[in-house]
Amino acid sequence: MSMLHTVNKSPFERNTLESCISLAVPGSAILLIEDGVIGAMANTKHSEMVKAAMANVKIYVLGPDLKARGLNEGNVVDGISVVGYGEFVDLTTEHSAVQSWL
Amino acid sequence: MEDGDQVIKKFMYMNRKAPYGTIYAWESLEVVLIAAAFDQDISLVFADDGVYQLMKDQNTEEVGMKNFSKTYSALGDYDIKKIYIEQESLEERGLSLEDLQGLKYEDEDDDWAEKDSIILVSRAELAKVIDEQDVVFSF
Amino acid sequence: MAIEVDGQSYETDEEGYLEDLNQWRPELGSAMALADGAPLDENHWEVINFLREYYEEYQIAPAVRVLTKAIGKKLGKDKGTSKYLYELFPYGPAKQACKYAGLPKPTGCV
Repeated sequence: MSMLHTVNKSPFERNTLESCISLAVPGSAILLIEDGVIGAMANTKHSEMVKAAMANVKIYVLGPDLKARGLNEGNVVDGISVVGYGEFVDLTTEHSAVQSWL
Repeated sequence: MEDGDQVIKKFMYMNRKAPYGTIYAWESLEVVLIAAAFDQDISLVFADDGVYQLMKDQNTEEVGMKNFSKTYSALGDYDIKKIYIEQESLEERGLSLEDLQGLKYEDEDDDWAEKDSIILVSRAELAKVIDEQDVVFSF
Repeated sequence: MAIEVDGQSYETDEEGYLEDLNQWRPELGSAMALADGAPLDENHWEVINFLREYYEEYQIAPAVRVLTKAIGKKLGKDKGTSKYLYELFPYGPAKQACKYAGLPKPTGCV
């Protein structure tokens, strides 16, 4: 079983997402929450890094946090899955452990 | 600049953080609304992740927080007429002015005509505007 | 603190502002005003309803200066004066009317 990483900081403000991507082993999952959802958006300075990461890890983004910020679910990087609170819970139970990056 | 015996100072509020993840955006807005009572020369800046504060169609129902994006449209009522948005910050995020809500004020000296409060500036132009301020508050 | 109306109890803060603005009903505003010793007439209600609409649109209660200007525009110049509003709400138009309207105390209220 693999680990679920959650990232709640914007990639423009902290290097949390970058660190998480470089330290997550292949096969693990990253869930973007709170200001971390900014990292899911296409056509930003950080989109390429996120796209490249998806060769090794699965990336999810929390829909309610996108909506709160007026960010369109249709504009996330291809391959990222938008999930709700119910699926957030499922993800935490499906993985061996949850690592919350700060 | 002087108005009678009262000195008018240039106050700038610099907003650089996304809304909701931290309290900075809302705190800044509250401070601005209070400070507006003191008739100073106020301007707001939205740069870096601060540009996300003005995104259209914010819907906070599911996260259970107050959607204060509606409050920005009241700034005109508070005589806040200068809202600078940094072009490069939008570009780095794949955004344009179209993605942000429009903000207006009514010009008392022009028969209450509605005018745009938003001023799109380059990083270099913004640097000059910041340099002209008496006080800059950072959020 | 709490206020009782029609046998039901509503939570308020120590200054009498309703804790949950979704619980508000006109009867609550009337009861609060009666408790303060001054029943509401239609002129009070004009202002209270205006404040509720303003809050719905902007998510804040306006400062007195903003309220005065906006009331003048909406209800006529003769009503858009602080004299008129203070006569209706002697404890401060924004403060007192917001309380009866079930809204939080205005930001930067002076």
